[in-house]
Amino acid sequence: MNTENRSSFIQQLKKYKPLMNELVARDLKVKYRRSFLGYVWSLLNPLMMMTVMSYVFSYMFRFDVPNYPLYLICGQTLWTFFNESTNMAMYSVVANGSLIRKVYIPKFIFPMSRVLSSFVTMGFSLVAILIVMIFTGVKINLSILLFPIPLFFLLLFCMGIGLILSALSVYFRDIMHLYGVLTMAWMYATPVFYPIEALPANVAMVISFNPMYHYITFFREIVLYGTVPGAWTWIWCAVSSIVAFMAGLTVFRKLQRNFILHV
Amino acid sequence: MNTENIIEVKNVTMRFNLAEEKTDTIKEYILKLLRGKLHFNEFFALKDVSFNVKRGEAVALIGVNGSGKSTMLKIIAGVMYPTKGSVNVKGSIAPLIELGAGFDMDLTARENIYLNGAVLGYDRDFMNQHFDEIMEFSELWDFVDVPVKNFSSGMIARLGFAIATIVKADILVVDEILAVGDFRFQQKCKERMAKLMSNGTTLLFVSHSAEQVKELCEKSAWIDHGELKAFGKTEEVYRMYEEKYN
Repeated sequence: MNTENRSSFIQQLKKYKPLMNELVARDLKVKYRRSFLGYVWSLLNPLMMMTVMSYVFSYMFRFDVPNYPLYLICGQTLWTFFNESTNMAMYSVVANGSLIRKVYIPKFIFPMSRVLSSFVTMGFSLVAILIVMIFTGVKINLSILLFPIPLFFLLLFCMGIGLILSALSVYFRDIMHLYGVLTMAWMYATPVFYPIEALPANVAMVISFNPMYHYITFFREIVLYGTVPGAWTWIWCAVSSIVAFMAGLTVFRKLQRNFILHV
Repeated sequence: MNTENIIEVKNVTMRFNLAEEKTDTIKEYILKLLRGKLHFNEFFALKDVSFNVKRGEAVALIGVNGSGKSTMLKIIAGVMYPTKGSVNVKGSIAPLIELGAGFDMDLTARENIYLNGAVLGYDRDFMNQHFDEIMEFSELWDFVDVPVKNFSSGMIARLGFAIATIVKADILVVDEILAVGDFRFQQKCKERMAKLMSNGTTLLFVSHSAEQVKELCEKSAWIDHGELKAFGKTEEVYRMYEEKYN
């Protein structure tokens, strides 16, 4: 049979690792090409957004959150990563249609490399969080060293969602239009700029089924409050990210056979 | 002479569903489903094609436009899956289906060499070793840091060919690429291909130039409207082919 059936996912990942690197490097290069500040934007952008939003939300709608700027930038950085990576992944297969039609490449490379390049961009934004931490005089203790864990779970989750979106959008381009509205609703259902305590108990219950809520909570616990999150948060993050990733791979592998007829 | 089959094509049928291809939105899909029009317009690009290629052979696929030659190449290269039947390939393939297919027009020649190499599965170190050789062959040293979008089609083809043939792949799949580039470059490509073949690379070749086919390939497969009409010595296959069309 063809190469695709012969070698497993892991083997393909190994063989095409250079391609993954090149694609991520290209995304980063193209993203800031011809701007004066370049990568600095990945740091400046979240800081500026945070400034605007913390003014808006501390004068127009008040929330009772200690160290609101840090609370906001934590949620916002993670949310921006989710939003950007899944959106870019969604277009990745269709956008590379001309390549898929001519050369054999394992197609999951495209959504995955997109998510990874957003992940690298988020890495720059972490510096912005660090700056805010220092400025607001947050007490930093050892639990901060856990910060890669929620980010890793979130990465898996985004890859899963990105794989599903990229495969579905090959068959139904409508998803590209629908997804913008969906992510907006999803953002309001995620405590990015408000505390979950501000919600009525029954609404908060519903929101506790939102995986994004748990990744952000995990991250805030260690960065903002300097504590290690409880078991429930760990379980939610681990299970939801692994399920999303496996589901993404399964759906993608099922649908990819006929990509070429549709891209 | 080795008698091992490097490519085995078994009863390959490729069906395109022309109506289905145009369904891009859910609304259209449902409408067509309701009208029962979803599976209309079947088109068979290949019908029950079987042949084997032995290691080291040079085989041409000939036939008129739209007869299914490129579809056959794409199935062998693993780009498409056959609707029925199977293709068994033993070894690595260097696809020269469309030169410069993997180029990003915004990146420079230098950056594209690494990108395109990665598309073919080679890492940075490997490409570093062969970088000079690629630039030498494509004769593009003056433009190494110019974005590829400013290149002429001939320059893109030169770069693409140089990258794709840098490694000794087991099988070279060539689709009509010698039509681009000037005479001198065509000559250079042919020399490079001949050199690869003398080292045991198998060649699959699509061309409308009888001259090139006769020069490069001892065997030919004639595909007509998706059916394999003849497979054998190039001269004999060409005689039958020319009989039909002259």
